[in-house]
Amino acid sequence: MNSQLIVKDKIVHDDWVKIDLPKIDMEVKKQAGKVVLFKLTGDDFPTPDQIKETQIPSSGKIILPLKAYLLHKDELKDRLNKGEIAIWVLSHEEIGSHLNELGDLNQFPLIAVHIDKFADGRIFSIATQLRINFKFKNELRALGDILMDQLYFLKRCGYTSYLIRSDRDTNQALKSLSDFSEPYQGAFDIQEPVWRRKNRKSL
Amino acid sequence: MYIYDDIDQKIVNERVAQYTDQLNRFLKNELTEEEFRPLRLQNGLYIQRHAPMLRIAIPYGLLSSKQLRKLADIADKYDRGYGHFSTRQNLQLNWPKLEDTPKILAELASVQMHAIQTSGNCVRNITTDQFAGVTPDEILDARHIAEIMRQWSTFHPEFALLPRKFKIAVTGSTKDRAVVQAHDIGIEFYYDEHQKIVAKIWVGGGLGRTPILGTVINERLEWQHVLTYCEAILRVYNLYGRRDNSFKARIKILVKALGIDQFRTLVEDEWQHIKNGPNTITEDELDRVKQFFTEPSYQTNLKNTLEEHQNNKPFTQWLLRCTHEHKIEGYRSVTLSLKPYNVAPGDVTSDQMNIIADLSDQFSFGEIRVSHEQNLIFADVKENDLFELWEKLKAHNLATPNVGLLTDIICCPGGDFCSLANAKSIPIADSIQQVFDDMDYLHEIGDINLNISGCMNACGHHHVGHIGILGVDKDGSEWYQVTLGGNQGNFASIGKVIGPSFSSEEMPIVIKRIIEVYIKERHEDERFIDCVQRIGFEPFKKNVYQVQEV
Ligand code: SF4
Repeated sequence: MNSQLIVKDKIVHDDWVKIDLPKIDMEVKKQAGKVVLFKLTGDDFPTPDQIKETQIPSSGKIILPLKAYLLHKDELKDRLNKGEIAIWVLSHEEIGSHLNELGDLNQFPLIAVHIDKFADGRIFSIATQLRINFKFKNELRALGDILMDQLYFLKRCGYTSYLIRSDRDTNQALKSLSDFSEPYQGAFDIQEPVWRRKNRKSL
Repeated sequence: MYIYDDIDQKIVNERVAQYTDQLNRFLKNELTEEEFRPLRLQNGLYIQRHAPMLRIAIPYGLLSSKQLRKLADIADKYDRGYGHFSTRQNLQLNWPKLEDTPKILAELASVQMHAIQTSGNCVRNITTDQFAGVTPDEILDARHIAEIMRQWSTFHPEFALLPRKFKIAVTGSTKDRAVVQAHDIGIEFYYDEHQKIVAKIWVGGGLGRTPILGTVINERLEWQHVLTYCEAILRVYNLYGRRDNSFKARIKILVKALGIDQFRTLVEDEWQHIKNGPNTITEDELDRVKQFFTEPSYQTNLKNTLEEHQNNKPFTQWLLRCTHEHKIEGYRSVTLSLKPYNVAPGDVTSDQMNIIADLSDQFSFGEIRVSHEQNLIFADVKENDLFELWEKLKAHNLATPNVGLLTDIICCPGGDFCSLANAKSIPIADSIQQVFDDMDYLHEIGDINLNISGCMNACGHHHVGHIGILGVDKDGSEWYQVTLGGNQGNFASIGKVIGPSFSSEEMPIVIKRIIEVYIKERHEDERFIDCVQRIGFEPFKKNVYQVQEV
């Protein structure tokens, strides 16, 4: 199939549309980490203007920027109930600090995390928090600079779908999901460490 | 020592296959240099000044004679017949070919070795006390937990792309030889007042550009929780550490920015979600791992024949400097100095590796250890055998009696090999060794650590050397900054710069003048570092700089 989307271990057609933030002319230091982010940018990202100006299509299954969803939450209620509304976050955004406004995360059929650079390892810990701390059970999708060499780790942290970067071979990427057969440590997908799962004989 | 079962073996085999594919894709241009970089680094492969450098993992510094022979073999086949032991208890090959690296890794896997996570922004090789299991001051053998942590950290999916590298050290002795306070996480195990094993956890220590000792984040953690607690620390770091500036990306910067109290709160919050979870270590698992580190079958009632040689001065000098107390009567641990004259500190030829392997079979149960001071250790040698061993070591230039002395220099590869260097370091070590070539004088000077790094990354641990030397770049030429007063161990401290830097030619003289002051000022039996702390910097500065101005 001609698609860049892997769900679980199959290449499938994508029936979601990701809604992007309007582009702005501003150097954004999203890599700066929580502590210095505000000091460096002097402002929050996405900006209030970007959030306001995000275009929301009136029908179809859409993945909205977290902040845009929060702004339009009330008018989207029906569509949320119909399973048409999902959200995505940037790797520096914290879902944890919006839990009250968001309500039960399992209302969302899908949550996605977007990274600009494949080396942005925050994507892994965000998944752990969503899955283990916040008990999110539905589809968790990796978006952005998603490459095959990180897929196995993404899967272990709780991602169930991956939109492979458009210039890469999805079939090849699929294979890397099974790079290792028996991981040592417990993570989200296999929660017990190997010494609890297997009878590891001593000498 | 730890022996792989089929699960361990499969993981390293699958890793070799994965890496081989990654390298092929890189050579076919299906991976960019930028994308390949973290992948090769996590396999220990750097692209260096001359060729790639491959860093091979030696978990907690423990090697079997069989493994050492394989390393010798690899050094001969794929490199120039020698290897370099680093301050992280690893072995580095300086001249392998990129195309050969999959073959090297496959050969390593055949003797239960690998290069996993020896580099890159991930949890690195976990280090511990080189005398674990044999030292009389030990509370518990930290290698057991170190092995459990090694497995936990190997391909930990969440921590594969951290903001920066992450180093963990563990110790179970009252005397800290693992420099735990200079690590991202340092763990010291001890018995609490109820005879329970507990751990004290430091966080945010590190050398490098911003040297700082760790801060205690948890005074008393039950050992079962070590993995989940470290996981919580790493999660907070992974989410909040800086990624925009690699010089400010280590966890110490985050801990400093937040303050230890806020940092601790974040960690404790995370920990609540996983505390008592599946990664909690059980008594059974600890016992299972323990069995791999069983004591060798020591002999008892050994006749001590050492006295026969008490008039042999070179031998007694060696005995004094290079052998160490052992918990079993009639045994000692032996350090093989890798710092003879005219050899880069930590370098060993493949011939020497083979000889060391043979000698370890003959004298020390076929086991070799690597210390972070870049020396090798035979942990279990009968006192009776010491004289014979000494003669054999001497014949191969492995018995220089300078362990802990001025010429036992810790030194990074520096500008001769490392592309990050500001200046060369090996020639500096060499020129200092040449000036101090009188063994009697060295013994008179006594205990002193001299550490050299070729740049701020501080692979040579210069900050914690009693004397530290750091290569700096001034308008494109190589200069050296000297620090005094650094210390490792339980009383760890960071050295301070004494003043303007020196040229390479001046360095031996500078060290000579520092030592002169010490010899003149010291009280009886006062060690160098204690003398520096007592009299302060001024006398040293005066002697070092005054003559220069003339
Ligand atoms: S201290 Fe600098 S020069 Fe020396 S090995 Fe490390 S990075 Fe290279």
